[in-house]
Amino acid sequence: MDSVVLLQRQLVDYTAQLFNEGFLDDQFNQLQQLQDESNPDFVVEVVTLFFEDSERLLNELAKALEQQSIDYRKIDAHVHQLKGSSSSIGAQRVQKVCIAFRNYCEERNIEGCQKCLQQVKNEYSLVKTKLETLFKLEQQVLAAGGSIPWPM
Amino acid sequence: MANTSSFSSSPSTKFSFDEKPHVLAVDDNLIDRKVIERLFINSTCKVTTAENGKRALEYLGLADGQHPNHNDLKVNLIITDYSMPGMTGYELLKRIKESPTMKEIPVVVVSSENIPTRINQCMQGGAQEFLLKPLQLSDATKLRCHIKKPLQGGFAGEDDHA
Repeated sequence: MDSVVLLQRQLVDYTAQLFNEGFLDDQFNQLQQLQDESNPDFVVEVVTLFFEDSERLLNELAKALEQQSIDYRKIDAHVHQLKGSSSSIGAQRVQKVCIAFRNYCEERNIEGCQKCLQQVKNEYSLVKTKLETLFKLEQQVLAAGGSIPWPM
Repeated sequence: MANTSSFSSSPSTKFSFDEKPHVLAVDDNLIDRKVIERLFINSTCKVTTAENGKRALEYLGLADGQHPNHNDLKVNLIITDYSMPGMTGYELLKRIKESPTMKEIPVVVVSSENIPTRINQCMQGGAQEFLLKPLQLSDATKLRCHIKKPLQGGFAGEDDHA
């Protein structure tokens, strides 16, 4: 079978898996729809910004939770940002943990917050790896002379 | 990564500068600014982004101490996030609606939170619409249709005259 078709099939299957497992939601499709010939790297650019911004926020959150006196408003502000950006790119599982995280902030529940920080770090790490794999598969399709069959 | 510029504007490609509606998008989240910008550029608008209410007011010439002498500034739609540090989207909305020069510009408030009292507050405050985040292409297309109508303050559309 044509290698391009095989690679495309791989990409389609992998993407479907990410949606089925809840890593990505429809907002990711929205981003794909915004990409075109005049802006062919839009999705990678936005997702890269998301990675950078999230790592910054996760560092800030870790620091904030180590303080003697916990500033819950500051923590909530950071989580709100992370919730917003994960929602904007369709990183559904990260977004869901952020919602729980904000509830614990409101309750001023330090253990709940620490648990959520760990969870959100895990979910972020997972979705980052998966998106990087997705982009690699896209590159392979393009390198083989194929096109990306969006929406999938 | 630091976003050092307060505003950024998109370059026009196909149409001449004056024909495209000009959208001012205000949001403190970098990712959201990028997405909103792309949504409106894809709906054939020119987009300027601002990272907070203060910067937006400065851009509009409405900041404290500024003289509103921007006769050549054409903004056809302002879209602002509600939750921002320093000045909320609602506070920004009020400042715009209090301005004799800018009050006719439709202001759309967006929020990730569906809070009826918040929605009411913004609509009472003169918002054109209140939309939930994350925004989609269909939202931008819908808003784009709204700003096609002739408005006071000088949007000369492709078909109509100001």
